[in-house]
Amino acid sequence: MYDFLYLALLAGLGVAIVAGPMGSLVVWQRMAYFGDTLAHGALLGIALGLWFSWSNSLAVVIVCLLIAGLLIVFERQRLLATDTVLGILSHGSLALGLVALTLIPGARTDMEALLFGDILTVTAAEVAVVWLMAVCVLATLWRLWPSLLAITVHEDLARVEGVRVDVVKAVLKLLLALVVAISMKVVGVLLITALLIIPAASARHFAKTPEQMAVLASGVAMLAVFAGLASSWWLNTPVGPSIVVSASLFFVLVLLIRGRRA
Amino acid sequence: MTALIELQGAGKSFANRAVLQAVNLSLVPGRIVTLIGPNGAGKTTLVKIVLGLLQPDTGRVQRSAQLRVGYMPQKLHIDPTLPLQVERFLQFANADTSTCIAALDRVGIAHLIQQPVSGLSGGEMQRMLLARALLRKPNLLVLDEPVQGVDVTGQEALYQLIGELRDELSCGILMVSHDLHLVMAATDEVVCLNQHVCCHGTPQQVSVDPEFVALFGAKTALYTHHHDHEHDLHSGLVNSPAGSSCNHDSAQNNSTQHGSRKGSQSDV
Repeated sequence: MYDFLYLALLAGLGVAIVAGPMGSLVVWQRMAYFGDTLAHGALLGIALGLWFSWSNSLAVVIVCLLIAGLLIVFERQRLLATDTVLGILSHGSLALGLVALTLIPGARTDMEALLFGDILTVTAAEVAVVWLMAVCVLATLWRLWPSLLAITVHEDLARVEGVRVDVVKAVLKLLLALVVAISMKVVGVLLITALLIIPAASARHFAKTPEQMAVLASGVAMLAVFAGLASSWWLNTPVGPSIVVSASLFFVLVLLIRGRRA
Repeated sequence: MTALIELQGAGKSFANRAVLQAVNLSLVPGRIVTLIGPNGAGKTTLVKIVLGLLQPDTGRVQRSAQLRVGYMPQKLHIDPTLPLQVERFLQFANADTSTCIAALDRVGIAHLIQQPVSGLSGGEMQRMLLARALLRKPNLLVLDEPVQGVDVTGQEALYQLIGELRDELSCGILMVSHDLHLVMAATDEVVCLNQHVCCHGTPQQVSVDPEFVALFGAKTALYTHHHDHEHDLHSGLVNSPAGSSCNHDSAQNNSTQHGSRKGSQSDV
C-alpha cells in the first residue's frame, strides 16, 4: 500500500550509505565546490537526456563524467586557478541546463523536482540503479581507501611511496560524478553537496579514525533520510530539503554538544 | 663509492623562467649533504628532481638500482577535519604495528603512538615524519627543512638524531635548510644554491666563500677568506675536491660583486 514510501526509503538509504565515505573525502580534500559543479552539470545532463530521449541517469552520468574529465584536463594545464575553472564550469553548465530545458519542444519538465529532488516518485528500476551504483562506488572506495587517505595527507609523500596519485585523484573525481548522478533524484541538484558534507562534518567530532568518521557519516545521512521522509509524511514538507534540514539540525546539535564539552 | 643518485647539468624552467641551471649533485651513502639558499633559489625544485617527482628539462639524472628513498616533507598540513592517529599515519607506508613502534622508538616518541596527529608539537611532528621516512628502510633520506617549527634545543637534538641515523643505516642524506649555524655543525657537505650551485664544499669552506657571504651576510662567515679553487669563464662550473665555486651572470642580487670577480681567474 505504501510501496512508494518503501521505494523512496530504499533509494534514500542507498545514497546515504555512499554519502558517508564519499562526503568524508569531499570534506578532507576540500572538494565541496567540485561536488557543486558536478551537481549543476547534472541538470545539463537531464536536458541532454530529454533532447536525445536517453535514459535520464545515463545522460547525467555521461555529462558528470565529461565535466570531471574537463576539470582533470584544466587542472593539469594550470592556466587558471581551480576555483575559477570550477566557477565557469559550475554556473556555465547550470545556466546552459536551465536554458536547454526550456527550449526542448514539447517537454514539460518539473523544474522543482530537478532542483530539489523528487524521491517519492522513484521507481523500482531506479532504486536498483541506485544500489548497483552504490555497491560499485563502495567497492572502489574500499579498494583505494589507503591510497585515498595517503594522498589526502600529503600528495608528494604518497607519490614517493609509490601511490599513483594522478590515477587515484582521477578515479575519485569519477566516483563523485557517479554519486552525484544517483543522488539527484533524492535531494536534487542544488542540495547534493549538502547531503555529502553535512553528515561528514557532523561525524567528525565523534570519530578517532578516518574509518569511524566515514561510517558515522553514513549513519547520520541515513538518519537524515528517515527524518526527512517522516517530516514529509507528517508535515507535508518537500522531501529533499527536509532531508538536508534534518542533517543540518543534527550538525547544529553536535555543535551544541561540542560547545558544552569545551 | 658509487653514488645513490647523481645529477649532471640538471636544469629546469617553469613558464620560460629558469629555476635551476646546470646543477651537478652527487649523493653517496654515509654522507650528509645540506642544501642551502635563499627563497626562490630552486631548493624545492631540486629536491623534487631528486625524488623523481619532477623531470629536469636539461641534463641527466642517474639513479642507483638499489635506491630506496625515505622522504620527510616540509610542513605537514593535516586538515583538522581528518581524524588521524600517529600509528595510522605511519601505516600509510605499508608497515605493521611492531615496525611502526620500532621506528617511533628510534626517534624517541613511541609513547605518542595513539595520539591524534593534530595534537603533536612541532618537534614531535618532525620526529613522526622522520619515523615514517625510516619505515621504508631507505638508503637515501631526503629531509626538507627537518627542524622547521622546532625550538633551538630541539633542533640540536634532531640534528644529532639525523647524524646517528646516518651512521646506523649508512644511508646518504640530503637536507634542505634555512638556518645556517646549527646545520653547519651537522653536515659533511654544503651546497649553496641560487638557481645554480654557487659554491659547495665542507661547511668551513663554504662559510667563507664570497658567494655564500654575499647571499647570507658576513655573520655566518667565521674565517678570513682564501680562495683555493679556480673559476672557469666558459662553462661556469669547475669541480675541485676541496670545494668549488663558479662565476655566474644570472643572480640578480649580487651582480656587481660577480662582475668584479669574473676578471680574475684566481686570487689565491
